[in-house]
Amino acid sequence: MDLPILIVKGIIILVIFGITLLIATYSTYAERKVAAFLQDRIGPNRAGPWGLLQPIADAGKMFFKEDFIPSQASKWLFILGPCLAMLTALMSSAVIPFADSIRFAWDKVNYDIPVQAIEINIGVLYIFGVVSLGVYGVMVGGWASNNKFSLLGAIRAASQNISYEIALGLSMITILMMTGSLSVRAIVNEQATFFEWNVFTQPLGFIIFLTCSFAECNRTPFDLPECETELVGGYHTEYSSMKLGFYLFAEYINMFVSSAFISSLYFGGFHYPFMNEVGGALEGSLGAVAGHNVATAIQFVVFFGKILFFIFFFMWVRWTLPRFRYDQLMNLGWKTFIPLSILNVVLTGAGLLYDFKYASWLIVIVMTVLAVTSTARTPKQAVIPQQS
Amino acid sequence: MQLTNRSKQVSNKEMTLAEKMYLPAVVSGLAITIRHFFRKKPTIQYPEVKKYLGPIYRGHHILKRDEQGRERCTACGLCAVACPAEAISMVAAERKKGEENLYREEKYAAVYEINMLRCIFCGLCEEACPKQAVYLRHDQMVPVFLERDEVIYGKERLVEKMDDRYIRVANSEVKATPTEPSLTRAAT
Ligand code: SF4
Ligand code: SF4
Repeated sequence: MDLPILIVKGIIILVIFGITLLIATYSTYAERKVAAFLQDRIGPNRAGPWGLLQPIADAGKMFFKEDFIPSQASKWLFILGPCLAMLTALMSSAVIPFADSIRFAWDKVNYDIPVQAIEINIGVLYIFGVVSLGVYGVMVGGWASNNKFSLLGAIRAASQNISYEIALGLSMITILMMTGSLSVRAIVNEQATFFEWNVFTQPLGFIIFLTCSFAECNRTPFDLPECETELVGGYHTEYSSMKLGFYLFAEYINMFVSSAFISSLYFGGFHYPFMNEVGGALEGSLGAVAGHNVATAIQFVVFFGKILFFIFFFMWVRWTLPRFRYDQLMNLGWKTFIPLSILNVVLTGAGLLYDFKYASWLIVIVMTVLAVTSTARTPKQAVIPQQS
Repeated sequence: MQLTNRSKQVSNKEMTLAEKMYLPAVVSGLAITIRHFFRKKPTIQYPEVKKYLGPIYRGHHILKRDEQGRERCTACGLCAVACPAEAISMVAAERKKGEENLYREEKYAAVYEINMLRCIFCGLCEEACPKQAVYLRHDQMVPVFLERDEVIYGKERLVEKMDDRYIRVANSEVKATPTEPSLTRAAT
């Protein structure tokens, strides 16, 4: 590869990495602000203007807390746990296509470098591989703590992640069927026009995918690995200072990556309505190189708008829904989502056979009709023994 | 037995399918919280924004002087007796010749101390005083103290300054109950 291409590639990777970390950092601030606004409060506003320096203050606090390793813990595994969590979370951001490509002229040849850390044609497989490794961070941490509550938390995390990964994969398969490719970029490019966004063709898959990503990120309402009442904290009970910070931070990176995937897979990624017309007009007026780069910048901004919306959505849900009980969580995963997504796969397959993209709507319509009719019927009233 | 008239009949009726699907309930919950997002915040930004707590707020103690600048307190000890927290202590002294412009009565408090750690700001001292000498300011709070030896307030912190006399009126110009300026932050 030529040197300039390598340099541009390196800059792109650095920028993507930096933005991932920056957004994850500021998600902690945003979380507190959003929580405050949803609860009619103000939120952090002391450190810096509007409290914008709060994440830095938090990080400082984390660094100066005592770093504690229990004497009975297996030391190296104990340290490895948070590192694993962080690493897997960061790695999965590598295959997100943030925008189309950056164009630059070199030796009278125009080079197009995709704005993506690595462009591989097994992107989706890679994500699943890395994301499913993420639970090892929690598992190892809980195991190495040598504390039965942490271990219970870790086991809960593992069983939850397994049960939701199946539904996550199955709901994704419909998209793979429709695109015929495992590359995230190909999936994004498939949704070039607005009404072909997968959320319109795969509404059920979207809802399942969304719910499962909540469970994958261990966020409310599925934040069962941690629990004050029965687990005295959770898998990270024994963790302190920056090691705990890594776990918490990994959660926010996961949230960022999940939001990026939701918007890539279901909301057209960096596509927006009339994108090609805008891009064409820009290239016409500014020239092939500059116009293309400006168009890319717009795509970048659009994509980040979508990501930020979904991060907001994650927080919105967190401060709205109460958490599930553990058996409800398992029921939802195994008895509801897996059958539903299998049904979705079958219907989508049948739809593809007859060239009808919107087959998944059938399930939604049938369920709505069932729900409405069942509400209209007066439900059976269970007899309660009266106490006198 | 009925304790309140708000009790509700509990029913464990079976959920309908719509209820079992959770989604409608989830969506309505989300709608409620997003409405709160845009609502005006009821929070008062306390050190920067202060509320007027009313003319009868009981704050910092003050030992009044009269119009000619004489201390009103006659060291009768009634406030100390009335104080439920036993926060007040004093040493009485006799007025010498030539001190008539300092003290109003023949007897005065040479030492007058209020232990602010004990005081519960009940205002009973104010009510007990026959000479209208002790008041609790409505416009000033006792500042936060960080050292234990700062908490006993002697006469130098209690007796009012003549150039800054305290008058309790329910005037509408007083909008807030200010705290010690050094403890408030610049508005961010
Ligand atoms: S306000 Fe109450 S507690 Fe405080 S000094 Fe007066 S009487 Fe005692
Ligand atoms: S403040 Fe009032 S009640 Fe207390 S000693 Fe002085 S005159 Fe008596």
